Amino acid sequence: MVDHPIVETTDIKAAVDALKQKFPDTIQDDTRQGYGGIIVDKNHLVEVAAALRDEYGFDYLSSATAVDYFGISDHMEMVYHAYRTSGGPALVFKAQTSRDNPEIPSLINIWPGVDFQEREAWDLYGIRFPGHPNLKRILLWEGFDGHPMRKDWQEAYYEEDHKPFESRWPDGWVHRAEERNVYGKNVKYPADFDLSKLSDKSEESLYADLGLGVSIQELTDESHIKTDRLVVNMGPHHPSTHGVFRMIVTLNGETIETLEPVMGYLHRNHEKIGERNTFLHNMPFTDRLDYLSSMGNNLGYALAVEQLLANGARYQPPTYRAECIRVLMVELTRIVNHYWAIGFLLNDLGAFFTPALYAIAEREKILDFFEATAGSRMMCNYMRFGGVFKDLPERIRGVASRMNDLVRDYNTMEYLTELINERIPQSIDELDEYLTDSEIIKSRTIGVGYLPPEMAIAYSTAGPLLRASGVPYDVRRADPYSIYPELDFDVAVRYNGDIYDRYLIRLDEMRESVRILKQILPRLERTAGEPIFAGSKQHTPRVPLGEAYGRVENPKGELGFYVVSAGDEKGPQNPWRYHVRAPSFISLTALGPMCIGHKVADVVAILGSIDIVLGETDR
Amino acid sequence: MHTLDLRDLHSTEFPIPDEMQGNIAITSLSRIYNWSRRSSMWPMLFGLACCAIEMIATAASRYDFSRFGMEVMRASPRQADLMIVSGTVTKKMVVPIVRLYNQMPEPRYVLAMGACASGGGPFKEGYNVVSGIDMYLPVDVYVPGCPPTPQALLHGLIALQKKIDGQSLANLDDVPWYGVGPSEPTPIPILGPDIIDPRQMDLIRRQAELAAAGKPYGVRELPPTIKPEPEAPKVAAKAAAPAAASDDPEKAARLAKREAALARKRAAEGGQPAETPAAEATPASGRQAAPTGKKFDKEAMLAKIRERKGQKES
Repeated sequence: MVDHPIVETTDIKAAVDALKQKFPDTIQDDTRQGYGGIIVDKNHLVEVAAALRDEYGFDYLSSATAVDYFGISDHMEMVYHAYRTSGGPALVFKAQTSRDNPEIPSLINIWPGVDFQEREAWDLYGIRFPGHPNLKRILLWEGFDGHPMRKDWQEAYYEEDHKPFESRWPDGWVHRAEERNVYGKNVKYPADFDLSKLSDKSEESLYADLGLGVSIQELTDESHIKTDRLVVNMGPHHPSTHGVFRMIVTLNGETIETLEPVMGYLHRNHEKIGERNTFLHNMPFTDRLDYLSSMGNNLGYALAVEQLLANGARYQPPTYRAECIRVLMVELTRIVNHYWAIGFLLNDLGAFFTPALYAIAEREKILDFFEATAGSRMMCNYMRFGGVFKDLPERIRGVASRMNDLVRDYNTMEYLTELINERIPQSIDELDEYLTDSEIIKSRTIGVGYLPPEMAIAYSTAGPLLRASGVPYDVRRADPYSIYPELDFDVAVRYNGDIYDRYLIRLDEMRESVRILKQILPRLERTAGEPIFAGSKQHTPRVPLGEAYGRVENPKGELGFYVVSAGDEKGPQNPWRYHVRAPSFISLTALGPMCIGHKVADVVAILGSIDIVLGETDR
Repeated sequence: MHTLDLRDLHSTEFPIPDEMQGNIAITSLSRIYNWSRRSSMWPMLFGLACCAIEMIATAASRYDFSRFGMEVMRASPRQADLMIVSGTVTKKMVVPIVRLYNQMPEPRYVLAMGACASGGGPFKEGYNVVSGIDMYLPVDVYVPGCPPTPQALLHGLIALQKKIDGQSLANLDDVPWYGVGPSEPTPIPILGPDIIDPRQMDLIRRQAELAAAGKPYGVRELPPTIKPEPEAPKVAAKAAAPAAASDDPEKAARLAKREAALARKRAAEGGQPAETPAAEATPASGRQAAPTGKKFDKEAMLAKIRERKGQKES
């Protein structure tokens, strides 16, 4: 597919310069204070994107998101972060459009992974993407009034643009939101709303594009057994969808012809609330994105805001001990998540609950440690900008003994040592022994849900899904953060791209995590007593103007936070834009293509092998 | 052969044959009926958000709610007795939830798990979030927490069992599913420009008329902030209001007696005598009464915090 030889430019600046020469008038540097990357004339966006992918090797589009600069420069823009799968930093490019008639050409033919992200931008910002074949709402329902992420759109319970709200501080006497609203509920209706003309279009539009009319011709032409086409609706409360996810599946007999994911059943307006919050307010909200791995989410967001803060005068980077604790937490989180993912993949394959029980029992041991350290089992809210919230406790009560499950009082370092050196490796081996050679698992998973490496990259899939397809792309190595460069570990990779490999790669990754954790333990002992926080502990730091994209290798894939600080010359206390690049959301783009041709029973297994979590998918 | 007259069983002197001594227990029908119901409470197998993970953890081996007869989680609403609303209820999701509730056979119970299901939680302000499932469904037990720990969920489930234990077959209010005919299904919300509760159709129509006439609509007019009212004896006001409202003389007499006893107690403690007229209790505008009590004093609070900090440091 490459006509031109790939220009070997490892440096982003060299790539940008070469691009500028190729497209002289269409590309400008983004010169706003604190911003980076280039601004591309939207009329030439597709050509530039094609050149970026084919000539400069930026084959992986990590994130595409919209920003509304209402009141600042009164335009909207799409921000794209493109990476090379061989590693290195991002090339950030943007396309701007007016707010009145927002329109930006679709990049779906260059990077198909942009599909859902463009639909999201249409849903929440009302930007149209000519060239997108299926541009309809994705998180909200067809017929919803307005595009809620626009800055001038106010929700029913609107109080003020930014927290802390005057009415709640300092006096603290407020009306509850329900009292202010006539309906007593979180609803508002447009002024010209006529109930008599109401029609619920939300379902109709889902089925409209499926082409359910079956022509007689088509049926008689087929030489094999005549089967019926039928539409099966799975979800949103189906127990195998890992939450409130819904799929509309068209079947021919038992074989899948099309699969349309429907989401938004857990769209809880994370980003809109995030823009009202102060920067620090958002930290506990990130816990609730991928609620199985809250520590990883914390780290991603902390990294993004630290990038912004680093431009300010008073910022000090996290201390070495803080970084060690961060890596400790994040790798434990990865193990927790993979226990869960493997347990529930087996659930989806029909081994109802027994493997999951084994996995959950092991998970509890790590949760004990989280609870003792952060105060909460799942929603840890542990990282801060410039460190972590609290040092490790001296003693903890838990059940990590390799011998039995009695609750005991431990010295924390002893507990961790036993957990990491004995208990976790033992349980990984146990899972491996019970599951890997099972004939049933092999026959259900080998060759099912195949995703070739080119497609995995094109669909912007991430994490175990990408690496099980033979692409050794791991943010910890490709674009390192924290103290990963000094740690010794391998990027797990498998090459068959089916469900079985996705199961195996999770075992591999857990083993690699244990390897990292074993290197962290002596570092923790060495740094005991050192500070865990650098710089001032401000609750509402003023963040210097600019944009930042912080990304981490979360258990489910690349989790990115795009944070814009704008609107206040002194440096605002609230993010202007707070976007989450959720791996589950984008990996789902590949679900439809992976399922086509398989049997209906395989759908849940393929979905289970992607390992989605709805808090992050719908945000 | 001696024929048994069943009415004899009512008598406590009924002779129990020797060979059956120790095998017969006498209990009320309500009690055994409730015991069997609450010991086989089957929850519906569906999760909404983060709380679902803790719900699964509660079902798993460490917390194990099968100890209370709840291990059979049913994926079909037709076989479930209990709906655990485990997580944030969004406007898009409340439609299927209400539909599922309607499909559950009676008697059915709803447990709101976590802050979101109870009242919107941290996401309450969100444009797609329902501020509590109780806006649409009757809730039996609320479990606070974000998410509640497995212990808290277990506590909530035991609270539900206690609630069932307290119900009586003799009282039709307790067991309405034995009333005349099936109960009315909850109207299913509609997704329009925003979510529409069919029970509010008239209100929505009236508001649309206001909007068409160019009058303010949609938002209730309230004073900018509620200022705290002067301290009023709360207990007496509370007790006085139902006493006046009740038309059952016996109940009123009971309440009056209790009120008097309370007043005596307060007088003995050296507090104010209870003589507040009931009219003061609720303002005429119909809105919720302002929270009574001390005014929030920022300075005092800050001083307190400083003092506490000093203690910690020393």
